[in-house]
Amino acid sequence: MLHWLLTNGLLQLALAYLATAGFGVLLNIPRRALNLSGWVGAAGWFTYELLYYLLPASIDVKLAVGNLIAAVVIGVASGMAAHYKQMPMIIFNIPSLVPLVPGGQSYRVVRNLVTGHPNVAYQYLGQVVIIAGVIAIGFLIAEFFNRLAWQLIR
Amino acid sequence: MSKTTVMLQTTLLAGAILLENGAEIERVEDTMHRIASNAGYPDAQIFVLLTGITVSLPETATSQVRAIHRRGMDLEKVDQVNTLSRRFAHHEISLDQFADHLAQVNRAVPTFPFSWLAIAAAVVSVTLMIAFTGHATMADLLTCTLAGTLGFATYYWISKLGSIRFLSEFGGALVIGLITLISYELTRGNCHPDAIIIGAVMPLVPGVAITNAVRDTMTGNLLSGPARAVEAVLSACAIGVGIALTSFFY
Repeated sequence: MLHWLLTNGLLQLALAYLATAGFGVLLNIPRRALNLSGWVGAAGWFTYELLYYLLPASIDVKLAVGNLIAAVVIGVASGMAAHYKQMPMIIFNIPSLVPLVPGGQSYRVVRNLVTGHPNVAYQYLGQVVIIAGVIAIGFLIAEFFNRLAWQLIR
Repeated sequence: MSKTTVMLQTTLLAGAILLENGAEIERVEDTMHRIASNAGYPDAQIFVLLTGITVSLPETATSQVRAIHRRGMDLEKVDQVNTLSRRFAHHEISLDQFADHLAQVNRAVPTFPFSWLAIAAAVVSVTLMIAFTGHATMADLLTCTLAGTLGFATYYWISKLGSIRFLSEFGGALVIGLITLISYELTRGNCHPDAIIIGAVMPLVPGVAITNAVRDTMTGNLLSGPARAVEAVLSACAIGVGIALTSFFY
């Protein structure tokens, strides 16, 4: 566990921070939000990688549970960031999603269909549906937590 | 113009800016409803679809429509509309000033120069290639940087040149495929083409669009959510075909 954290964990944290901040530039988010949204993305991807390492289950279950909890972490963290910076939440949660979203898988579906591997394509299509659905549910749960926090503060 | 007309047009413009720059349907409806209420029309009816917005006032039997043709991602504009709406709610600006500021926001150009975008595309490509696949040999890193940057540059220039949809994604993917193919030939097979491509297409792929499609559907927007999904599937097809055209050679 500690070994994983020191070797792979920290590397993944740094990679996700850079990827999120970079995607933030591509989406033209305000400059003063770049750093914070990078950290939100790093937190989400780190949660996913940690669960992927810890969970003793098949790949599909790991994908579903990992993405669900990572999406909840991103949703709650970007809710706090939005409250702190007085900015809309999508400035933080859209760039942060970039390591998790099934963009790579959706491209692989089409590529395998075109190159004549329909079986591989269906496998990736299943992953696209699972990941997109689970992230959406994760955001709903995070929204619930955010509203709960609001009521506790008031 | 009468106050009612100004209110209708300001609300529509605010909604259009949000929708054209990547906000979800629920947020657009919510913001438009707030603006109408704060302008003194709490009964205004607002109907938002992915391709058009309607605002109507039941008591005076007036309504206005605005069609939405272009959809992109520019979160700076979303933030500015949000800030303006908040200032309007706190009576810091009048309705006319609000309308002027919105028109300025709509005309504004992206804040990051092209050099920043190119560097950002390279960073996104390389970091995600390592995070997803773990491959990081010298040839992989160099090719991925080159393919990610030039692929995004092609995408950017084609979408600036004309408004032919999905051609820009196709062009970007084709360039990525060609660069990967050249590198594969030059290194005589000592690189990982699949890893390079998965990293280099990340700035182009519609992952966020797919997720937003599901989110919009789950909040009850049963027309706009699937419409977003269709758009995302078409751009995934454009990218997949662009890559597949060159992948027959290795």
